[in-house]
Amino acid sequence: MAEITIKDEIYQKLVERANQKAEFSSVQEYVDYILMEVVKKIEAEEMGLDNDNAVEDEAYSKEEEEKVKERLRGLGYID
Amino acid sequence: MGPRIVRRFVNEKDRRDLLINQTNFPQIKISDELVKEVKNICRGVFSPLTGFLGQDDFTRVVEEMRLGDGQVWPLPIVLDVSEDEAEKISDGQKVLLKDSQGNLIAEMRVAEKFHYDKEKFCRGVFGTFDPTHPGVAMVNRMSPVLLGGELSLIDFSRDPFSKYNLDPIETRILFKAKGWRTVVGFQTRNVSHRAHEYLQRCALEMVDGLFINPVIGEKKGGDFQDQVILDAYQKLIDQFYPKNRVIMSILPLRMRYAGPREAVFHALVRKNFGCTHFVVGRDHAGVGDFYGPYDAQMIFDRLPGLGIQIMKFEHSFYCPKCGGMATMKTCPHNDHDRIKPSGTEIREKLIKGEDVSPEVMRPEICEVIKECDNPFFE
Repeated sequence: MAEITIKDEIYQKLVERANQKAEFSSVQEYVDYILMEVVKKIEAEEMGLDNDNAVEDEAYSKEEEEKVKERLRGLGYID
Repeated sequence: MGPRIVRRFVNEKDRRDLLINQTNFPQIKISDELVKEVKNICRGVFSPLTGFLGQDDFTRVVEEMRLGDGQVWPLPIVLDVSEDEAEKISDGQKVLLKDSQGNLIAEMRVAEKFHYDKEKFCRGVFGTFDPTHPGVAMVNRMSPVLLGGELSLIDFSRDPFSKYNLDPIETRILFKAKGWRTVVGFQTRNVSHRAHEYLQRCALEMVDGLFINPVIGEKKGGDFQDQVILDAYQKLIDQFYPKNRVIMSILPLRMRYAGPREAVFHALVRKNFGCTHFVVGRDHAGVGDFYGPYDAQMIFDRLPGLGIQIMKFEHSFYCPKCGGMATMKTCPHNDHDRIKPSGTEIREKLIKGEDVSPEVMRPEICEVIKECDNPFFE
């Protein structure tokens, strides 16, 4: 596991917050979670998604997508 | 990337071969409720599951609410068989699953068979072993051996209500085609009254689209017939919701009444459909007094990074003094001022042919119910 040095005041802040959250068993777990959330947010912004929870693209081929759209058109879901 | 959506369908050639040569394989007859589970697994509704749980996954789900690989998964999705049936099947063998009418539904590669402790199952999942809990009663009725293994669907039919029965891959493409980046899922088992509508409208204020996803399946006496639920929602969508902001598709699913765990399950299923948000009201999927009113909301606080945002709502009501729908969070008036929609009262009035107050249910929705010869299950 890699080590990163952070300022004492940031560490203290994280300890305080981690202690308030019952779902995290350690400061390490809390920091991992926070960092992942931040990375996800930055990635979403870079992809041009302006909301944290934007629907993300799914792995399906163009052909599959067209076939599905055809069915959805037939059922009246899309024009 | 969103979560990978499982799709497990037997190809056309194998399907034809299996239909012709089905007698070459051991066959297991499964209940209509299990047929729904099989289809939900194969069509990706229960992604990441690819089959019925094996022992490691089962144990971890019961004890920790996680699959063997650590992913959150709150309910054991299992296939139970009798000792006699289990004896006829070896590990690694391919078996065919049939419905109660003898139609071929799916093939299953049985990876393992194992016994389980019903009390441990119930205490882990339902938090009780009280036989009056419907989920516990369901487990008590189950056979003693579980078969774990991957499934592939043979029966592609989507009856009943095929028009409203969309796969997760289809709803995802549909949301994208609509240009929705954020979508809130709404679970229901009822015809919509004003309180449901209020929550839906509040939720829709915050996202691009509303996905109404009624659960279709086993009902108890007095519940609305599935057709009435769909007709009433279609009326609401056509006449009272903005075009292109609301979609309805059904979810054929067995209710377990597992309260908080089931709320997580419902949220994960909606995430698979492509929802980014999910509405959880008070006592979601609860029954009797088995769970606290906020248990199903609080459980999400212990599950960071679930991948779907939970919109927690209070019960809503009509307040004449406020002059509109409200909740305890927004209405300062006394409880006796409030008109609270009650499913039981609505049903009783409709059965007697009486009018339901428009503050409780839209007259147009009442009309849909009255037009139906037999709107309730007996």
